[in-house]
Amino acid sequence: MAQVSLRKVVKLYDQTPAVRGIDLEIADKEFIVLVGPSGCGKSTTLRMIAGLEEITDGQIAIGGDVVNDVPPKDRDIAMVFQNYALYPHMSVFENMSFGLRLKRVAKDEIRRRVDDAARILDITELLDRKPKQLSGGQRQRVAMGRAIVRDPKVFLFDEPLSNLDAKLRVQMRTEIKKVHQKVRTTTVYVTHDQVEAMTLADRVVVMNGGIIEQVGAPNDLYHSPQTKFVAGFIGSPAMNFLPCRIEEAAGALRVRLSDNLSFPVPEDRTARYKPHAGKTSLMFGLRPEHITEVPRHVEPNQHPFEVTIEVTEPMGMETLVYFTIDGTEICGRVNPNAGATDGGKMKLLADLNNMHIIDDTTARVL
Amino acid sequence: MTAVTASDAVAAPRPKYGSISKSRRWALRWSYFFLVLFAIFFLTPPIYMFITSLKSSAEISAATNPWWVFEPTLENYIELLTQNQYLIFFRNSAIVSVCVVSITMIISVLAAFALARMKFWGSATLATGVFLTYLIPETLLFIPLFKTFAFVRDTTGIELMNHWWTLIILYPTLTVPFCTWIMIGYFASIPKELDEAALIDGATWLQTLTKIFIPVALPGLIAATIFAFTVSWAQFLYPLAFTTSTDQLVLPVGIVTTLIKGDVFNWGQIMTGALLGAAPPLIIYAFLMDYYIAGLTAGATKG
Ligand SMILES: Nc1ncnc2c1ncn2[C@@H]1O[C@H](COP(=O)(O)OP(=O)(O)OP(=O)(O)O)[C@@H](O)[C@H]1O
Ligand SMILES: [Mg+2]
Repeated sequence: MAQVSLRKVVKLYDQTPAVRGIDLEIADKEFIVLVGPSGCGKSTTLRMIAGLEEITDGQIAIGGDVVNDVPPKDRDIAMVFQNYALYPHMSVFENMSFGLRLKRVAKDEIRRRVDDAARILDITELLDRKPKQLSGGQRQRVAMGRAIVRDPKVFLFDEPLSNLDAKLRVQMRTEIKKVHQKVRTTTVYVTHDQVEAMTLADRVVVMNGGIIEQVGAPNDLYHSPQTKFVAGFIGSPAMNFLPCRIEEAAGALRVRLSDNLSFPVPEDRTARYKPHAGKTSLMFGLRPEHITEVPRHVEPNQHPFEVTIEVTEPMGMETLVYFTIDGTEICGRVNPNAGATDGGKMKLLADLNNMHIIDDTTARVL
Repeated sequence: MTAVTASDAVAAPRPKYGSISKSRRWALRWSYFFLVLFAIFFLTPPIYMFITSLKSSAEISAATNPWWVFEPTLENYIELLTQNQYLIFFRNSAIVSVCVVSITMIISVLAAFALARMKFWGSATLATGVFLTYLIPETLLFIPLFKTFAFVRDTTGIELMNHWWTLIILYPTLTVPFCTWIMIGYFASIPKELDEAALIDGATWLQTLTKIFIPVALPGLIAATIFAFTVSWAQFLYPLAFTTSTDQLVLPVGIVTTLIKGDVFNWGQIMTGALLGAAPPLIIYAFLMDYYIAGLTAGATKG
């Protein structure tokens, strides 16, 4: 059993906070991904779990034991670094077995474990090579192999794929997922790539400015973000934000986006938004995929509106269209055959079933 | 990546694409021109020494062609190698050098590791200080050193003057700062993740040093070793100042003080002695050359 718990963990570098009090409970066998913009404290958090950074305040427990003062080697963790950190003078076999040799594990036991790990990662024929003689993807596998042979309580990954080219990254992503399904070790994985986060994680932890914005399953984060940051961070292209007002008229609510554009608020949300009617600090959020061409059949709460398309970006299976409402650029995703042209007028459909209203003063999604 | 493609392009048999190979050919010509020039410049003195060492005293003082031996003789070699004195100088030099190199490398590797990796209060200042120490000219240190020796004699009764083994204590003051500084550079260039990986793998500091840092920084280690050896083998001022009895001398001083009697220069033996004395560093360079060059060019290409 290896749960990891972080309680009010704080890290200061000379008084400047890198991590500002985070709480996180990671279950046994869970695959957690820490995601967030550069400098938000992901690596710092991971390194504190590893024991490579001291914890300024708070508590970290692995498998129920508080490890604040336990050195890395006694925490029973394995870490995969962004630049792989393979020992350049050792062969792949020696790299993978280094930890076991230090622990004086019996020779044939080492052999067996390295062979097993090599088979899982498909690097059996590379065991005698030096890191220099490996490609980026192979080095990555070896780095993972070095983690696997130790059979640790927790795997820690710090942006392990960011040195690989796009294609290999997708491939290794699948590989990592497969490995996790085989070995089922609790994993904490740091990335700033949200696609990696969404595809790999059981739960995603979105960090920003040293705090946790939201923790949740990938789809929860996508469909019900709790903060403006998460709403804008998850999803690509990013969610559209527009200043808006909630207007009440004859018992029904309307969300007004500009002088001549307003939509009725879906009925099931009336109660939720009613207290905010009239506030001036509200933001309307809608993802590009919920702004489409008008199909033959329109569902309830989907409303057509006409715009002048400024730029189109054909992506192949869809076309991104950009237009402005009151000076704010909005992105929509339409079918390539929907007839979007640069500068042309077009009727689009806003799917308000997926709308979000954000209070800009608290940055929270209402 | 780019290096591979570039050399492929050069190797490819495409005579029409002449510009690369043409400029390369010119570059080679110039390289050879300067190589030959430098070779002549640097090889002339040892060759002259070698020629002179094969001559008898009579032939040296005769006005014959200095670049030719008319009656080659090994008498200088035989005389020197059967002479007790020269062998004692050689032995003193060898012991001093081996000890100094060992002491230097142990101290500077440990110090460099601590200064490069263990962040502690004042470590950065200390690292700079180590290098500044090296910049102090050794000639400035004679008087302080004499004073120190006198103080040691007065307090403990140990006489440090005029003993060859004193040099074992003295030379590290020259070699340790520089070697430490070289090693700090090498250790600092090792990515931090490497020792973190070792730390997580369960290595102690000492194991990280011996199993990761030393092997990875081996070219630097060898460069530092060669430097320490060269300094202690060729050092002239300190032994001249601190040793006087014939049986306490090391090679460089020994040759000069015993083979020049009054104003009589025994050129043949001086040349022979110097040539034989230059042999050990030469042999060591030859063995460690590949590593040494790799050490000098480390970091030029990222593997
Ligand atoms: N050794 C250090 N000394 C001082 N400040 C540091 C140190 N390491 C990190 N920081 C600061 O702490 C903050 C968090 O850094 P961290 O490396 O955890 O970011 P990150 O989320 O991993 O970013 P990235 O995606 O760029 O790797 C940053 O503002 C950084 O400047
Ligand atoms: Mg990072």
